[in-house]
Amino acid sequence: MNLQNIFSEIENVDPEVYDRMDTRRSAMKQFANLSGKAALAAMPLALGSMFKKAYGQTPTDVLDVLQFALLLEQLEARFYIVGLSATSTAITGAGNATPAGIAAFTKIRDHEIAHREYLKTVIVSLGATPGVEPAFDFTAGNTTVSPNIGNGPFKGFDTNYDIFLAVSQTLEDTGVRAYKGQAGRLINNKPILTAALNIHSVEARHASHVRQLRRSRFQSNAPNLFLPAYTGNIKPWVEQAQSNISGNNPVPGAGGASFGAAVQPNYNGEELANQLTINIQGLSGGFDINAATASFDEPLTKLQVQGLVKPFILP
Amino acid sequence: MKKQISAPPLQDEKVISSFGIQRRNMLKFFGASAAVVALGTACTKEGITSIYAPGGSVGSADTGVQLGVGDTQILNFAYALEQLEAAFYMKVVTAPNFTSLFTSADERLFMTDIRDHEVIHREFFKTALGSARIKDLTPNFSSIDFNSRSGVLAQAKAFEDTGVSAYNGAGQYLNDANYLLVAGKIVSVEARHAALIRDLIADNTFADNLDSNSKDIELKPRAVVDIANIYLAADSQISKNGLPA
Repeated sequence: MNLQNIFSEIENVDPEVYDRMDTRRSAMKQFANLSGKAALAAMPLALGSMFKKAYGQTPTDVLDVLQFALLLEQLEARFYIVGLSATSTAITGAGNATPAGIAAFTKIRDHEIAHREYLKTVIVSLGATPGVEPAFDFTAGNTTVSPNIGNGPFKGFDTNYDIFLAVSQTLEDTGVRAYKGQAGRLINNKPILTAALNIHSVEARHASHVRQLRRSRFQSNAPNLFLPAYTGNIKPWVEQAQSNISGNNPVPGAGGASFGAAVQPNYNGEELANQLTINIQGLSGGFDINAATASFDEPLTKLQVQGLVKPFILP
Repeated sequence: MKKQISAPPLQDEKVISSFGIQRRNMLKFFGASAAVVALGTACTKEGITSIYAPGGSVGSADTGVQLGVGDTQILNFAYALEQLEAAFYMKVVTAPNFTSLFTSADERLFMTDIRDHEVIHREFFKTALGSARIKDLTPNFSSIDFNSRSGVLAQAKAFEDTGVSAYNGAGQYLNDANYLLVAGKIVSVEARHAALIRDLIADNTFADNLDSNSKDIELKPRAVVDIANIYLAADSQISKNGLPA
């Protein structure tokens, strides 16, 4: 085997190979002391560690994304587990979800649990320990300013289906944005990037369905409907930065401002109408701002998402 | 932050090295240290060619529309899919039977919105690719039943689910994080479409095509091209030259 040839071939494919490895000389030097059968035996490991250094993602970066995703899935899974549990009437109570709605949330719950367990498995397979699930306050009462546990803006999420739906839609839309924001950090780890993309699109499927549920409940004037929670033209996709969630929480003791104000930070940024510096409304044919913005979902950074989920996590 | 996308090169430049190694494949390959052990083993026997069997390229018989190389290739791949989707929904929405097939105003609103989104995606890629873009493809929708609601929805479902799987499978071949991000921005909208269309066919089937971990199932670009070519005219068949297997 001619090591020199391997490097030449790699150089053909990746001209920056030596930039990744300091210099050609140092790359070669690592093998200078190897010879004979010992060299052949040691070669795979030596090459492995060298190329891992040059091409491999630092495990901490990938793990950080996975742990972050795990926290989001723990939050979502627990939200639906609680929502469907015997302690909650939000979904199963009389006049709340239809049988189809119950089936939908059962399905979504099971998906989120599967995602949670999958991420744990991947984290373990990388030699790390999955983060322990924190205790949650789904009223989102642990706000930075004057926290009031159990009395956040979504108080009643477990008794009032309209509040539950609003939180569900917000969590799903935010989940889509959160995964999207992490894709770039996984760009050098193809299998994990692909797995993350495959979860990302399922969150979008959920968001689409929950938005359909909200539209249909809004339109049908269903029993127990708290009409003020709904506003605008609720669609399976996000137009501009519209949450289509509004109204003041009717549950006694609920803190914070209106629903709309509580969820708006989760939607800010969706109004972006330029992609790769291209003005989408100005494309051939001409498009209104709703179509231009709904055609692209926008990412959130990890820091932004952490800020958004913090009120849901007990101190 | 304007991106310069190079024009598709000549056909004989498709294969990047004589061994058919492609940069992205190699990056993927070296991503796993275990695989490097296999490299070492192979090297001790017959040299690097033994595991990098030619296969990244296709013979001269593949004379279809050439997508280019690198990120341009993947963007053209997406552009081709968006051309198909846009053409399909344009036909559905402007057909005389649109209101009789879709009697609900909500359904017509959604189908029209999806048409707009797909046309936007198409025009976006067209502009982003500039002179590196492939030609305007001619669809062949002869296999599609446009005369029934179930026929239209079944095809819409196929296009949307395939679109989701295609973007999810192609993301790993993009080298530029800006392109990866924009692909991510689009794929979740395709997934929203897919969920809706599935629900129009049968309620609560919005995500009934997942794997055992409740993840979508990606499709590699070659498999997607095979599907896309079913709906393309003879002069618009897409070449798989240089596409990841």
